[in-house]
Amino acid sequence: MVTLTYSSRPTVGAPVIRFDNVSKSYPKQNQPALRDVSLEIEKGEFVFLVGSSGSGKSTFLRLLLREERASTGTVHVLGKDLARLSNWKVPHMRRQLGTVFQDFRLLPNKTVAQNVAFAQEVIGKSRGEIRKSVPQVLGLVGLAGKEDRMPGELSGGEQQRVAIARAFVNRPMLLIADEPTGNLDPQTSVGIMKLLDKINRTGTTVVMATHDQNIVDQMRKRVIELEKGRLVRDQARGVYGYQH
Amino acid sequence: MRAQFVLSEIGVGLRRNLTMTFAVIVSVALSLALFGGAVLMGQQVNAMKDFWYDKVNVTIYLCNKNDAETAETCSKGAVTAQQKEQIETDLKKLDIVETVHHETAEEAYKHYREQYGDTAIASVITPDQMQESFRVKLKDPEKYEVVATAFSGRSGVHSVQDQRGILENLFNMMRGMNVAALVVMGLMLLIALMLIVNTVRVSAFSRRRETGIMRLVGASSFYIQMPFIMEAAFAGLLGGVVACVLLLVGRYFLIDAGLSLAEQMPLVQFIGWDAVLSVLPLVLVIGLLMPSLAAAVALRKYLKV
Repeated sequence: MVTLTYSSRPTVGAPVIRFDNVSKSYPKQNQPALRDVSLEIEKGEFVFLVGSSGSGKSTFLRLLLREERASTGTVHVLGKDLARLSNWKVPHMRRQLGTVFQDFRLLPNKTVAQNVAFAQEVIGKSRGEIRKSVPQVLGLVGLAGKEDRMPGELSGGEQQRVAIARAFVNRPMLLIADEPTGNLDPQTSVGIMKLLDKINRTGTTVVMATHDQNIVDQMRKRVIELEKGRLVRDQARGVYGYQH
Repeated sequence: MRAQFVLSEIGVGLRRNLTMTFAVIVSVALSLALFGGAVLMGQQVNAMKDFWYDKVNVTIYLCNKNDAETAETCSKGAVTAQQKEQIETDLKKLDIVETVHHETAEEAYKHYREQYGDTAIASVITPDQMQESFRVKLKDPEKYEVVATAFSGRSGVHSVQDQRGILENLFNMMRGMNVAALVVMGLMLLIALMLIVNTVRVSAFSRRRETGIMRLVGASSFYIQMPFIMEAAFAGLLGGVVACVLLLVGRYFLIDAGLSLAEQMPLVQFIGWDAVLSVLPLVLVIGLLMPSLAAAVALRKYLKV
């Protein structure tokens, strides 16, 4: 019997994400949230996920995080079939992922450094490791010197940088961002995108759901568009293209 | 996993729900004190049974001359030597009989004089007024009925008396109190469990932000749930400690001081401190485990991991 641990990186060429004919329907809803979606995302890619509200973007991300299971079809993340992943192994899988949200999701009663350290504390990292990696990652996101500030004292852009630092501190293979610029002004958004691009250049795959047309058009990355749960566009170096 | 981090999380959780925590502690303490009290009461009844049943006999009183006029069962006159012999041999044939002692009227008179001495009533009593009797000791004191049915109503037998009957009333009363204590304990336990479930629910709701973030960064479900379970366990253990104190104080004031039953009922063998102490670990373990278990069950429902 071959046992794979998540600490072993997937072999070169194996996609970080693979969807095979994935459909997802929720109980008490007539329309499935995702219909027969198949795609692959390779290591090191930067992918925009676009589509109107209710197009299935959130469901797509929830499947990646294994907050939901596919109704039919298979989802592979980092080489693992999530349908066959037992519940107690899910936390271990999530340690290989970083997540960033529109609403930052910081702990208001902890300092910037404590918020980042929290991600390491809960997975049992040693104090020495935490003391080393927290200032390092805060420097990377441009928050050096603000370790002891509370989230409430920071601007939205800075709070999102804290969230990104927390998502990145454990050096995930895959960063999932759900409208990370949704609450930020265009100028701040550009800064966040530069940061995500920087993280992407370290080899981390980035999947970002967004409604921000300017950003998608400027970055010229791969664009995946969902509409009513179907994959309607998968374009390398694409534009937003969605008509409001 | 770092102990300091975990402990500070528990402290925060307990303080946030101070009133609920207090309610949990009190209800756990009361239910466990009742539980411990019921266990001790049971031991008390058993101890008294062992002590007294050893000493009590079934007594078959025989008719004397006077009884022939006063008692219905003795209408055929005083017991004859032949009847006495028959009763004794029949008694000795019974499996359940351990020993038979024949108390003559003279012996009864002597015992009577020993007990009542030179009181006025003792001076008018004469040996021939005393009743002859067989004192029967049974292997199993519960088998009294067998002797009673076999010998009451026989000619020459005045009555069959089971001394156990006098004690039985007391024991029944104590058993009744025991059942009542257990019923109240059950209700208190139910209240305690519902309080714990509710506390966990409130606690999980007020901390859903933290637990959500923990989930995102890949904390194991054990790690996420542990602070909640530890909180319940801590409150339960505190309740258990309070229950232990109540039991110790209760024994002291019931038996040694306050009501001082030991002084007022010198014939009763009361359970000792060792019996009380031996119940305490059980109380503490239940106080620790039961709330933890309730919390774990509640978490399955209220905390998504």
